[in-house]
Amino acid sequence: MKTDKAPSKNKTVVTKLSFAVVGMFAFGFALVPLYDVICDITGLNGKTSNLVVQAEAGEIIDESREITVQFIARESADMGWGFTPSAAQVKVKPGEVNMISYKVTNSSDKVMVGQAIPSVAPNAAAGHLNKVECFCFEEQILQPGESADMPLRFFVDPALSADISKLTLSYTLYDITEKSDKLKALAAR
Amino acid sequence: MSAAHDHHHGPAKGISRWLFTTNHKDIGTMYLLFSFAMFLLGGTFALVIRAELFQPGLQFVEPNFFNQMTTMHGLIMVFGAVMPAFVGLANWMIPLMIGAPDMALPRMNNWSFWILPFAFAMMVSTLFMEGGGPNFGWTFYAPLSTTYGPPSTTFFIFAVHILGASSIMGAINVIATILNMRAPGMTLMKMPLFVWTWLITAYLLIAVMPVLAGVVTMMLFDIHFGTAFFDAAGGGDPVLFQHLFWFFGHPEVYIMILPAFGIVSAIIPTFARKRLFGYESMVYATASIAFLSFIVWAHHMFTVGMPLAGQLFFMYATMLIAVPTGVKVFNWVATMFRGSMTFETPMLFAIAFVVLFTIGGFTGVMLAITPVDFQYHDTYFVVAHFHYVLVPGAVFSIMAATYYWLPKWTGYMYDENLGKLHFWLSFIGVNVLFFPQHFLGLAGMPRRIPDYALQFADFNWISSVGGFLFGFSQLILVYIVYKCARGGKPASAQVWEGAQGLEWTVPSPAPYHTFETPPDPALIKAP
Repeated sequence: MKTDKAPSKNKTVVTKLSFAVVGMFAFGFALVPLYDVICDITGLNGKTSNLVVQAEAGEIIDESREITVQFIARESADMGWGFTPSAAQVKVKPGEVNMISYKVTNSSDKVMVGQAIPSVAPNAAAGHLNKVECFCFEEQILQPGESADMPLRFFVDPALSADISKLTLSYTLYDITEKSDKLKALAAR
Repeated sequence: MSAAHDHHHGPAKGISRWLFTTNHKDIGTMYLLFSFAMFLLGGTFALVIRAELFQPGLQFVEPNFFNQMTTMHGLIMVFGAVMPAFVGLANWMIPLMIGAPDMALPRMNNWSFWILPFAFAMMVSTLFMEGGGPNFGWTFYAPLSTTYGPPSTTFFIFAVHILGASSIMGAINVIATILNMRAPGMTLMKMPLFVWTWLITAYLLIAVMPVLAGVVTMMLFDIHFGTAFFDAAGGGDPVLFQHLFWFFGHPEVYIMILPAFGIVSAIIPTFARKRLFGYESMVYATASIAFLSFIVWAHHMFTVGMPLAGQLFFMYATMLIAVPTGVKVFNWVATMFRGSMTFETPMLFAIAFVVLFTIGGFTGVMLAITPVDFQYHDTYFVVAHFHYVLVPGAVFSIMAATYYWLPKWTGYMYDENLGKLHFWLSFIGVNVLFFPQHFLGLAGMPRRIPDYALQFADFNWISSVGGFLFGFSQLILVYIVYKCARGGKPASAQVWEGAQGLEWTVPSPAPYHTFETPPDPALIKAP
């Protein structure tokens, strides 16, 4: 249809669609925080809160059942550290505070910084493994050959769904030497 | 210069005709030739893959180069062959079908085509760079493509940006054309189904191509600017990449099939000499499929670990797509039922489309079943499934369209005997190629591997034989198109006895300028 109005009609369509394009580009980025919020609510990606829980630890202990908590320690590729939990698994009663430690050794010949990121499987249980004391997300500086024990005090929330009897807490240790602010501060001194 | 003189000029001479053209037919032709070249290039990469997999063990290529071949094959076929081919058909046919003189935004049309060769030159050039081209699969999952990607990944990212911009501009143009340029009397519900499916596809493109651009931008930032969108070490999440990618990726697969539905809905009524059965339900089914495509993306990633509720939601939503798709398949069958059918090459490709696409659809329903998906995930079953919907699906529809409209484009009939030969070799080749891959997948052969366990040897060699048969058959198509462009039996305006629609009211070959005055409204009938 060739009318005088055609160019201005095209302009309207192009303007509207351009806004849609910019909007969808922004929406792609908005999905990043949105995803974190959804994961927080649902435990979708097994991320556990890095907040240390102080309060109700040990207040109610559910004697009626036992939960097996397994510990996995992995380091990212080519890191060259040793990273092992003090026990492969422990049996705990919900509500009871337990302690375990992870040993890290820097077996390389340079100063390195590591950071451990936790993840819980099954994902639905991620919100029910509470840590009273933990090293999650902390930057650990180790001199060549140095070792450290990283303690973890935790309890399983008694509200954990009854059909879950086994939890796996997995830590992955990442080499963040290049990104670390602590090391830069140390070097600056 | 008088206006009358201005209106009757032909195309410019020489290379500048193609560089500066704003004519929808020229641009459509360039899109189609470009996509055909990309189809042959991506096909060559596929033959490298099939040659390597002909026998167990490593014969011809290094595993890293094999990975580059699977990646580039996927990227080129999706973004270089199928999508530009549909845009080319849209350019050629939409103005002719709705009685418009040209596309609404002709200069942008020129630009959206001409940035494509640059995007693909950049993408293919990565193969010659140090460290090689992209080797992480066409889905470029992080961290394979970020932490572990080759240095050329940056070029890959820019290439995706450019081709994304091209697709978005193409989509805006299609929407503006369809909404603003229809001839008087061409109401929305009188538009041919190819126009309808393209209108909906264009909206899908506008909704998801920017998200793809966002994803690759995040990758760029992760690689070069120290952000951690997808890096767990910095608090990001690689699974987020998969959610973002498939939020784009699932509508993308419908972008590659909806225009095919439109083509088949044009061809089957012509050769069955009956009106399309259930036109309105076809329109609504297309819209439903487009809507559902946005809420099913996580079925590509059932194995990442999702809450049960999530798995159930994505499983049922995915199965729901079978309903509107089934409506379409039954409508095509009902159109053929008791029709006076003849079996020219376009019809053969269209019928093969209906049968083989339905097989691909059924394996899709199998994959949607969450518990069994855990077994099928990342096996050759998935490869067989999406090749059944994309090769005898999307690609066959493009070939059907080529044969159907070639006489309108060139003014000559193509060689029917060669066309039938091309069809039968392609049909046999494609089934020998992909059907055994179902069995390989069910038996547990993983996808994207250069070598495999011995028990998979037999089906792999059968598949490779089919691959070479299918691949070399396409050279017949090259010859048919070349021969038809050079001459042959002159085609009438109507071309096909049962053809309906405005594009058949203009002479063959279609003049350089058509519908400068709108067509007679009496010619516009509901399909």
